[in-house]
Amino acid sequence: MTSAVPAATAHLAELNVAKLLYPLDDPRVAPFVEMLDPVNASADSAPGFVWRLVGDGADDATELRPAGENVIVNLSVWESPEALWDFTYRSGHLEVMRGRRDWFARHVEAHLVLWWVPAGHVPSVEEALERLGELRANGPSPRAFTFASTYSAAEAAEHLEGTRG
Amino acid sequence: MEDTEDTQGTGPAHGGRDPGDIDAIAALQDPVRRRLYEYVAGQGREVGRNEAAEAAGVARTLAAHHLDKLTEVGLLESGSRRLTGRSGPGAGRPAKVYTRIRAERAVSLPARDYRTAAELLAEAAEEAGLDAGLCAAARRRGASLRGSEAPCAGLDEAFATLAARGYEPHVERADDDGTGAPVVRMRNCPFHAVAERFPPLVCGMNLALLEGLLGTDGPVRARMDARPDECCVVVEEA
Repeated sequence: MTSAVPAATAHLAELNVAKLLYPLDDPRVAPFVEMLDPVNASADSAPGFVWRLVGDGADDATELRPAGENVIVNLSVWESPEALWDFTYRSGHLEVMRGRRDWFARHVEAHLVLWWVPAGHVPSVEEALERLGELRANGPSPRAFTFASTYSAAEAAEHLEGTRG
Repeated sequence: MEDTEDTQGTGPAHGGRDPGDIDAIAALQDPVRRRLYEYVAGQGREVGRNEAAEAAGVARTLAAHHLDKLTEVGLLESGSRRLTGRSGPGAGRPAKVYTRIRAERAVSLPARDYRTAAELLAEAAEEAGLDAGLCAAARRRGASLRGSEAPCAGLDEAFATLAARGYEPHVERADDDGTGAPVVRMRNCPFHAVAERFPPLVCGMNLALLEGLLGTDGPVRARMDARPDECCVVVEEA
């Protein structure tokens, strides 16, 4: 299912943001915090996983708050949309998703964005937040899209040049 | 790894009715063909002609004819593979193998479109964050479908219940080496199309329905353990 295409020239980057209802050390968020390590470990070994953002000396990115004091971010790179889909919704991660209403505020704006990057490119948080901003401002495009409106790497290719850097 | 409201699937999502649906369903009227279809569908893997013929108790050439007919009407898909597992010269000619297609077939006359209704309701529930209310309703429905005060009595009964509801259960062992406690996994998600578009919402609903159906304080329990191409839930001894 996950495409092990040799020498892929493009990888899929993903950012999602989640607004915490309570601080991370609050007992009401404990079930989420307990799942962080095992779920992150399963991401690292998932088919098609390439890279994910972690804080300095940390195993996850929960300490980074580039999008607001109570907003945690998740930034990762995958070989294909299918690989990301299978990890997100067809692995132990689904159990985290199931509890989302207990821990996170409901979003009014888009809070997940996908975009293609050249293989080997590590997206910066700034770049990721820019893409989310684009999606929120303009809706899905080859530069910033969602699972509901996925663009192929080929369709997005003409936009790839702009992300090098 | 957190909240994701925009969760429409990458899988096939087509709401329209294929005019071939009636032909497809009609093709199953032949009892041999139906046995072959049910056998292939039940295996969850590629099945060769010899194996299918043996399972259906018919000659290989007849099985081949019917399997190709089932492929033609879009109920199975076929490919070719060397069943010996060898490759290169001397490995033999590739054999034709069959698997069930993932797309759905539905017939209602006149046409009714419950898929769109389900997707719209799911979309509204997702936007409003109604997971808890949906799961409560699903749990109640499951309990009422069980039709008895007693929870499901064991894995065998759970297996039969799940099979009757179209989950296509099969038994695996908890450990990879084939030992360990038996667990019931399911090859089919009855809510597949909507689950692909709203996974946390609909998979949560499915788990709650199964918890209601099997009972939560009996000898078996349902738990979420999602895998690619399977139902998100596994049933095991509590």
